[in-house]
Parts: sequence; C-alpha cells; structure tokens
Amino acid sequence: MTALEGITEVSPYCWEIPATGAMRVPGRVFADRNFIEKARAEKALEQVMNVACLPGIVEASLAMPDIHWGYGFAIGGVAAFDCEEGIISPGGVGYDIACGVRLVRSNLNVADVRDAVPALVHEFSRNIPAGVGRKGDIRLGHKDLDSLMGKGVPWAISNGFGWPDDIAVIEDGGVLEGADPAFISKRARERGFAHPGTLGAGNHFIEVQQVDEIFDPEAADAFGIFPDQLCIMVHSGSRGLGHQVCTEYVRLMGGAAARAGIDLPDRQLACAPIASPEGREYYAAMACAVNFARVNRQVMTHLLRQSCEYIFSSSAEKLGLGLVYDVSHNVAKFEEHEVEGKKRRLCVHRKGATRSFPAGHPDVPERYRGVGQPVIVPGDMGTASYLCKGTARAMSESFGSTCHGAGRVMGRRAAKKMIRGDELKRELESRGITIRAGRTSTLAEEAPAVYKDIDEVVEICHRAGLSSKVARLKPLGVIKG
Amino acid sequence: MKAFETIEHTADIGIRAFGSSREEVFENAATGMFSLITDLESVKPLDEYPVSVEAEDEEALLVEWLNELLYLYDSNSILFSRFRVTGMDANRVRGIALGEPLDPGRHRLDTDIKAVTYHMLRIGRVDGNWSAEVIFDV
Repeated sequence: MTALEGITEVSPYCWEIPATGAMRVPGRVFADRNFIEKARAEKALEQVMNVACLPGIVEASLAMPDIHWGYGFAIGGVAAFDCEEGIISPGGVGYDIACGVRLVRSNLNVADVRDAVPALVHEFSRNIPAGVGRKGDIRLGHKDLDSLMGKGVPWAISNGFGWPDDIAVIEDGGVLEGADPAFISKRARERGFAHPGTLGAGNHFIEVQQVDEIFDPEAADAFGIFPDQLCIMVHSGSRGLGHQVCTEYVRLMGGAAARAGIDLPDRQLACAPIASPEGREYYAAMACAVNFARVNRQVMTHLLRQSCEYIFSSSAEKLGLGLVYDVSHNVAKFEEHEVEGKKRRLCVHRKGATRSFPAGHPDVPERYRGVGQPVIVPGDMGTASYLCKGTARAMSESFGSTCHGAGRVMGRRAAKKMIRGDELKRELESRGITIRAGRTSTLAEEAPAVYKDIDEVVEICHRAGLSSKVARLKPLGVIKG
Repeated sequence: MKAFETIEHTADIGIRAFGSSREEVFENAATGMFSLITDLESVKPLDEYPVSVEAEDEEALLVEWLNELLYLYDSNSILFSRFRVTGMDANRVRGIALGEPLDPGRHRLDTDIKAVTYHMLRIGRVDGNWSAEVIFDV
C-alpha cells in the first residue's frame, strides 16, 4: 500500500482518507498519484473531508478522478445520504442544476460531409442563442413554464420540440418525479423565461464531432455509433432558473441547518434533513430545474435538427439524427443501492459526476439494457470527448457514478494571462476545427491547457472500473458562448 | 487604497474588496463584481435603482446585497457601474445602484456570473480598515 501522509491507496486508483475529527465516514478519491497530489495541493481533499462530516452520509465521501476545488463540495464529488437521518444540500448539487450533456448521432460519414462542417457550425450559431445574457426565441406564458417544469421533456415533445423516441434515452424519461412549480419563486421564473433553447456561456458548448476511435464495438453498435460518424454534442444546463433556485435554497438552508443543530464546516455546505419541510421543498424546486435543463437541451436538439435539415437538404429522420443519450452531472436523486448487503434508498448527490448504471439495471433504457447506460464525458475543444458505458463495479464502488469531464487545473484569469484567445483560435483552425465563440477571451478561459488530460481521466475511470470506454469523439466544429 | 482586487480560484473567481467603512466595502464589492461582468467605463450611471436587503448576519448580508444586484442585472438586463450604500445596520442594507439598460452595441459582456456563494466568505476589519472576500460561481 502506498501512503501519502495518511492517505492510502486501498485498491488500484482508489485512495482513502481515514475518518478523523468530525468525519462520520472516510473519504475516498478515485485517482492516480498525480491527480491525488494535485487535489491535495489545491485543498480539494479538505472539501471531501468536510462533506464526510454531514449527517446521515453513507459509506464514504467520494470523489471522481476529475476532482477539483469547488465551493463547499469539491467538483467531482459524490455523496449518498440516508433518507431518514440524512440531509440534502443545494450546494451539493451546484448552481447549474442538471447541467449535463447529450449526444446526437447521425447516419453521416464525416468523409462525405467534411466540407459542410463550417456551414453547419454557422447555421447552429445562427439558430441557437449562445453567450452571456443571450435570450431565446421561445416565449412561454406562466402556465407553460409550470407545465415545462412539472412535466419535463414529454411536455416539450408534445409541443413539437423533438421526437417521441427521444424520451426513452434521457435519464428518468426526461422528467424527474416530485417537481412542484409551487416552490419556484417569481425571481427564478423571471430568470428562466427567456432561457429555454439557449446555450449559455462558460464551459457550455455545442460541438460537431467525429467518432475517431471505437474501444467496444458491441456497445458502440448498441448505441448506434460507428467509425468516422458525424455526431453532435450539447453541453448546457438550467441557466438562470437553476442558479436562482440554488441561490435561494442555500440561504434558506443556512438557517435550517442551524435549527437542526448541524455544525457546518463551510457555509456553502448549507443543508437540511431530507425529511424536513425545507429539504422536501428544495427537492421539489430542484426537480423543476432538472426538468428545465433537460427541456433546454431538448429544444436545442430540435433547433440542431432543423439546422441539419437546412444544410443537408434532407429530413432529420433521413439523416438519422437520433438521440444517443442525455446525462445530468449536477443533481441529487433518490436511488436504491446495496450497502453492506442490504438494499437501501439513498439520496445520491452528484456534483460534477455522471451516473454510470450497469447492464441489466431497470433505469437503463430497454434498448441499452444488454450493455449498460451510455455515459457521456465532454472534453475540451482541442482534444476529445468520450462515450462510455456504466458498470457493475460503479454500483459497488461509487453509488453508480463516474467522472463528468476533464476537470479544471487552471483558473480563468491565469488562463487569460497565459493564453491568447485569438492565437488559440488560429491554432485550432489550423487543425481543421471550426470555432465560433461569442468572445475570444472565452476561448482562452476554456483552452485545453486549463483542463486535465481527458484521456487520462477517462482511462483512470476505465481502469478503476467506474465506467468502460466505448468510443472517442474529436471535435470538428465548436460553438462557445 | 485600492477598491478591490480579483481572487483566483481554480474553477471560479472572486473578489477582495477594501474600504474605510463597512458601507464602502459593500460598495466596492459591488463595483468589483460588475467589473468582472463588463467594462465599467462603458456603463453610464444614468438611472437609479433602489436596493434593499435583509439577512441574519453581516456575511450573509454581503451575499444578499450582491445577489440582489445580480438578479436585477440578469432579469432586467441592466448594467450597473456605481453603488451607494445609504443605510445599514447588522441585518439590513439599503442603497442605490446606478447604471443603464444593457446595449449589446456598446457593452461587451465578459464573465457570466451565475451566483454569489458563501464559500470562503469573509468580512474583516484591521486597524479601522475593512475588507471582504467573496467567491462567485461562474
């Protein structure tokens, strides 16, 4: 066993921080030595230890290989809580509730359509508002917004945004149960109205991608993925509505935690017992934001399909623009997990972590049940993204979770000092990647050098058994806010 | 004394504001936050918007003050460049924000701040000078 000052590699790629002080359970981080040292240097391990102090936490406070310093919870953190004694924490979900990724496939071979990529990227950026403060063209009334939040993607489909077939390949069938719009404030509504069908800014993106390597032909086939295929990836979340919900409940729960006698090591860990009125209200409001985020990605999918129809002069059906899957990587959900041989219903928080359910699990869509849930891991614009599949080992080791991306290693200001957006744009263009960005400074902030190597992160998850590689996708065209 | 400086955080960004009074540190924190959102030189202080918030303690009050301004900006598309605290006690702050409606032709938007967090939140006083630190989710 390799020791790193009290931290031990208990199994390959799994490092344990023993429970000390107020920690109720140990911390466990999936990483190699390099990543664990980085996480410690930036104090992300302290955040894993702080989460281990929260009431009702089960088994361990976990972190995935893309762990980095967040606010309150570390990014890449996974924590499961007992439904009777445990808590729910808005900070453990994050401000961008249900931020996530979806992958749309096609029946196009890149070799046949390579020249059309710049026009396609241009058409996407014309039809999908992106960037800070950009509003969408979809105008909703109050009743529509209630229906959207309460009914999720099935509501969007019945209003013409997408195909009925999409519903089966979105987590929870596109609607998280328990959403109650009564708990969405006027302010959250105001911040949400203009945002369905908009990308946002920061690390959010739309990419035109090419499948450049297949690791698991059987699973790839089940997911409808083939070599050199053109695919489209969307990374976005719940926009202003989700931010407002989190803002309001972090504040509310600061008081609730004090009343429940919970001593918080960091105010951003504000939480309330799951069974308390505040806990139940937050879940009902969070579920609304989850549904909002999924509808947002659904509306964008609709707009992407329309854009493809225009550019390729063919119908989206003929182009085979089916949805592979849609994952949410900032969320708290009630799930059944086996703990010490017993099945228990737990509230699993994933903050920058992706659900990774194995073959045979009832929550995996029927069409994929033989291979496992598709896990989509977005990379950065200069490297690659991955399609993986869920594993049985993730169920036993990480409450069915794996990484959510590369994980930042450099702050935004430092990135801007070191990297020039326009130079990076030229470099990426010289490699044949079409770039559309609202601001070139966004490019610097999101440059490949500010992230961990996605290949390494996904490889560690693969070796630790948290997810299994299916295919690698490289960007041909990128739209950033 | 400078009004504020930027704090670097791996995934996010924050500001450290200074002031000779608690009122001034609140004003400078607001200026710091909007300097991340846009170039303040481009925002004319044409219209006055009253702001009033309450909270259980001083630190929460700072978060609420900034969140209120962020909400006004995000929901009404108004940019602010000047701030004045007109009244303050332990649980309440009242003030005025001056700015103008967002004009995409003149205003270049920079950082997309999603929220003001409680992470590493701190207000302190040394030798009569105030400082405050706050981290944003971006």
